[in-house]
Amino acid sequence: MKYAFSFLAVMALVMIAGLGSQIPGMPYLFGVALPYLAIMIFLGGSVYRVVQWGKSPVPFSIQTTCGQGKSLDFIKHNKLEAPNTTAEVVARMFLEVVTFRSLFRNTKSEIYDGPKITYESSKWLWLFALIFHYSFLVIVLRHMRLFLDPIPFWVGWIETLDGIFQVGAPNWYITDVTILLGCVLLFSRRIATRHVRFISLMNDYFPLVLIFTIALTGILMRYVLRTNIDIVNIKQLLVGLVTFSPTIGAEIGAIFYIHLFLVCALLAYFPFSKLMHFAGVFMSPTRNMKNDSRAKRHVNPWNPRILPHSYAGYEDEFREFMVDAGIPVEKELAPKKDEE
Amino acid sequence: MYNKRFIIPGLAILVLIVTFPLWFNAFSKASAVPKPELPPGGEKQCVASIPEMRASHMVMLNEWRDAVLRDEDRVAVTVNGKEYRKGLQMACMQCHSNKEKFCDSCHEYASVKPYCWDCHLTPAVLATKKETH
Repeated sequence: MKYAFSFLAVMALVMIAGLGSQIPGMPYLFGVALPYLAIMIFLGGSVYRVVQWGKSPVPFSIQTTCGQGKSLDFIKHNKLEAPNTTAEVVARMFLEVVTFRSLFRNTKSEIYDGPKITYESSKWLWLFALIFHYSFLVIVLRHMRLFLDPIPFWVGWIETLDGIFQVGAPNWYITDVTILLGCVLLFSRRIATRHVRFISLMNDYFPLVLIFTIALTGILMRYVLRTNIDIVNIKQLLVGLVTFSPTIGAEIGAIFYIHLFLVCALLAYFPFSKLMHFAGVFMSPTRNMKNDSRAKRHVNPWNPRILPHSYAGYEDEFREFMVDAGIPVEKELAPKKDEE
Repeated sequence: MYNKRFIIPGLAILVLIVTFPLWFNAFSKASAVPKPELPPGGEKQCVASIPEMRASHMVMLNEWRDAVLRDEDRVAVTVNGKEYRKGLQMACMQCHSNKEKFCDSCHEYASVKPYCWDCHLTPAVLATKKETH
């Protein structure tokens, strides 16, 4: 049922934008006010989350390693799996962010008659994640043609590569299919794998359904529901948004406002959701710490400041009371001068 | 906050990337919203209405291309008594004779690079190649 609610929520969003944008005057709400609000929530919320993470102390040196740490000279150090210097951490982090190495390592355990347990490499999540994230990246970069004026050369390169099959008009993009495929695969993985399904929550399904619908409305707008979809009007509005002089020149079809509203919903949802992993991956102590706990002492930042207190100092502090109580002392009390 | 020297530059990079369109447009010269040139000959009628042509002319051109080249269907299209032969040069460019002022004005603004001109010739180029005509 958790996934059914995700569909319902997205359907409700579609209805709000589809019907709401048809009310006179409302295009300015959906086309101007909400995008500004959404991007501010996204930026403010993301910065807030990262600062909150930054304020949390890391009590222990908890880097995850899966290779030989730096040791004696004749033991080969695995620099990528047990990084010892900042440069090695950066290299490991870069490959993590770009190629998702930790997902590549995923294994699946199964019990057979015997009983016998087997561990098998399971690369599906890694593969689906790669398809999904890279399609998403290309699509975001491609959309820059609607925000930038003049359009930089690299946007043209990305478009040419993405539309290299030259199928149909408007030109069909490879990422149109792969983003939908990525969403469907990640979603069905959550449904099909029993233990993953057991731990999946509404906020695991919802972003997938939302992103799927964003992609779908974008595709519908480009290829099917073309009534009142004039790219020049749309670009005029979007360039207006980023130069703080938004104008809606002519009527724009409802599908555009649905697409835009869903993107706004995604942006506003971002800082409060698991989608914050885009910043969280950099903030994970298990990834961003050096494996140098044998060479350098990691001090828990919330340790109280405890100064050394020697026995001699202790006796200096309490000598009078100790003598009074008859406890032997190493150094006797100084004879009192005024009695002599 | 711990690790300020990494987190603060990281956040600055995030804000710069997200606001990239803002400062890119602020530091570049914006082009005016394009106004495609009306036919110099003064024709008022096209194969379809203006909103339809604005939104879907590429779909029609693609269908014509497939009909002519793949199905050998060269039957002319008749709209309101006027006959249009299926073809970019044979129909469209007869009225919209200036590719740079008509096609390119919007296409360049929206970074659309149709591959029509891989094969077709603009009227201006065609005029320089009389031998082949």
